[in-house]
Amino acid sequence: MHPILKLLIQRIALGLLLLWAASVLIFLGTQILPGDVAQAILGQSATEQALANLRASMGLERPAVERYFEWLINALQGDLGTALSNRRDIATAIGQRMGNTLFLASVAAAISVPLAIFLGLLAVRFRDRWPDKMISAITLTSISLPEFLLGYVLMYVFSVQLGWFPSVSNINSSMSFWQKLNAVALPAMVLTLVVLAHMMRMTRAAILNVMQSAYIETAELKGLRRLTLISRHAMPNALAPIVNVVMLNLAYLVVGVVVIEVVFVYPGMGQYLVDHVAKRDVPVVQACGLIFAAIYIGLNLLADIISILSNPRLRHPK
Amino acid sequence: MTDQFHYLLARAARGQLDRRSFLGRAAALGVGATAASTLLSQAVLAQGPRRGGHLVQGLVGGESTNSKDPALALSQVPFSYLRTSGDTLVNISPDGNIVPRLAEEVSSSPDAQTWTFKIRSGVEFHSGKTLTAEDCAQTLRRHSNEDAQSGALGIMRGITEIRAEGDTLTLVSNTPNADLPYLLADYHLVIQPNGGFDDPAAGDFTGPYRWVEDEPGVRHVLEKFANHWDDSVGHWDSVEMLVINDATARNSALQSGQVQMINRVEPRVAGLLARAPGVTVASTPGRGHYVFIMHCNTAPFDNNDLRMALKLAINREDMVQRILAGYGSVGNDMPINAAYPLFDETIPQRTYDPDQARHYFQRSGHSGPIDLRTSEVAFPGAVDAAQLFQESAAAAGIELNIIREPGDGYWSEVWNAKPFCASYWGGRPVQDQMYSTAYLSTADWNDTRFQNERFDALLLEARAELDLTRRKELYSAAGMLVRDEGGLICPMFNDWVDGHNAQVAGWQGNPAGEMMNGFAAVQTWQA
Repeated sequence: MHPILKLLIQRIALGLLLLWAASVLIFLGTQILPGDVAQAILGQSATEQALANLRASMGLERPAVERYFEWLINALQGDLGTALSNRRDIATAIGQRMGNTLFLASVAAAISVPLAIFLGLLAVRFRDRWPDKMISAITLTSISLPEFLLGYVLMYVFSVQLGWFPSVSNINSSMSFWQKLNAVALPAMVLTLVVLAHMMRMTRAAILNVMQSAYIETAELKGLRRLTLISRHAMPNALAPIVNVVMLNLAYLVVGVVVIEVVFVYPGMGQYLVDHVAKRDVPVVQACGLIFAAIYIGLNLLADIISILSNPRLRHPK
Repeated sequence: MTDQFHYLLARAARGQLDRRSFLGRAAALGVGATAASTLLSQAVLAQGPRRGGHLVQGLVGGESTNSKDPALALSQVPFSYLRTSGDTLVNISPDGNIVPRLAEEVSSSPDAQTWTFKIRSGVEFHSGKTLTAEDCAQTLRRHSNEDAQSGALGIMRGITEIRAEGDTLTLVSNTPNADLPYLLADYHLVIQPNGGFDDPAAGDFTGPYRWVEDEPGVRHVLEKFANHWDDSVGHWDSVEMLVINDATARNSALQSGQVQMINRVEPRVAGLLARAPGVTVASTPGRGHYVFIMHCNTAPFDNNDLRMALKLAINREDMVQRILAGYGSVGNDMPINAAYPLFDETIPQRTYDPDQARHYFQRSGHSGPIDLRTSEVAFPGAVDAAQLFQESAAAAGIELNIIREPGDGYWSEVWNAKPFCASYWGGRPVQDQMYSTAYLSTADWNDTRFQNERFDALLLEARAELDLTRRKELYSAAGMLVRDEGGLICPMFNDWVDGHNAQVAGWQGNPAGEMMNGFAAVQTWQA
């Protein structure tokens, strides 16, 4: 077997194992929380009798291990079950929310990834001169601010004062693509500001590392333009760490934006998950957790594969 | 002002001229925007309700787990959409009177134990089915059933018999109950076809708006139901409720005009928000109150001197100013205030008195710190309030040890379980219901473990008493018992603080609940 193929299969198998371990951890986590779903649904108004009735109707009195395996087997067949709290089909609800989350994440990624890499290249080109310092200062400032604050500031300027973009980013299926784009403008801006610095700095550092090599000097002596040199010769060899960081940030854009969703009232996965954690709605939390874990592991897997493939020594073994 | 201005004003008030053009032309005639705007809103009120427009509300208190099943409603957004899309048998007016809705007439037997309701004819459900008395009976039966997990189970428990004959609904209560109609105004008890036994979450009601779209935790869209029986309500063409749980986002949405009204304006920013152009902050004294509760049967709180010491060691005025930013009123260690019918205004107000507190504390013989549990979820500002309490009590020589509990599980592990903690009550429509819910010896949620035979007797007597003067006396005596012997420390009653912009006319607060007791979309109209 080709060693790369073997490596890839190994990686994928490891990813699946990791995914299973994550599902166990999520389940354990939901069990440790104080109170249970019946208590959370009935809240302050719970009486013993009402609690007992609700628990019985939800099958909560069965052992946790039994419930876990039943769920896992169903999930493998594509059936995520119904939410305990409002009896809605989980797969349908998650489908919509996931679509929204991916939309926002792709808009943010489409702006931030090219921008970050371009700024990184620019910073290397003007290393230690004012463009480099300015790029670093601005991106580091934006990453240092808490994201909700960035959100509020942009909201105040662009929505309350200028009235350019809506402060409530509620999107729904009856809106056109451009209307949706207008609605997510502010959250996408905040997310871009949040992830920019990390990717930009990594691009800069990785390329600078390569710039010390002898072949760069050769290219320079050949008389190549500086920006061509960086993008054609240095960049491909610095790809592995950059791809890793880009993937980490993409994963963050999908799974880590609860705060932004709350601030801009965006109907994405994060808010959906948080609501159901508060209600101890175990099937939904499990399903969301599994999807998030799958995305995280999948994107990291992709980063691994790209760095393996971008490395000629691994591509063409002796 | 010129005739021409009055002509413009009349046209704008009737909606033939939009607001912006009106203000522009008024300016051309030399009338400033503020004056013109004020005159316009007065003219609109004089004009009376106007049909049309799309109302957008930004509301806190919605989760993706919400359901249209009225039995399961708990938070603010379901409260609002049930009020908007459904009808109950009766409503309660802002001044505390019963308003007939689906029940045209309400009457009782002389002993106040059997109540009859004449059900309105010609009322149509959104599905087209005609309302019958049987639908009403079935609705009440479903909420009385333990299996429905209804939030109204507690108030239905006292009703032993539900009968429907022709257009008459008859309810028999286990004890005489002069307040029974008030209980039926509860928002869970919106009438459903066949009581919702067939499909509880169908959203088929009789209210002025019917369901168009339902995305729990995101938005709910309703439109005017053309065949609604009452023309005097439901003036908007459509109503959209956006779930905005973040307070700052809610304020921004109102300021930028994306929504026309919001609920739960935080008291500390209410003053700032009110200064924004076109925004009105509407605050209404309510029945909700923030409390510290002691278990009267658990040491050291089983000693009334100690309870009295703690009641005297809290600075109520200070808390109203600092925790509620003035959007509230001081409590008097009883769960009742002037927002309730039959409240006795002559009951003396308890005030902060460190010397007396020290005296009672010494007489109780207790020494050492007292544990007080609090959490951010107990009520907004509960942690700060506990610290203020700690400070004012320290001045009386009482040491409070504050334990900050996590919000998760607070209502199961701490409230109604630990002997001294912070909590809140939303209030009830009538005194009897408030007392029977939490202060009667046998109450499910007797969270102060208050067992007082004389209090129980007074309450039951008042419940059966149809003479209002006598009832008021009985409630006054019962209230005094809770105030002087109970385990309730009630520093403040919170106001309902909502916000709306200049596009909304006809706003009238209701002490029974926020957003005009949930009827904001039903009773306001487009300015």
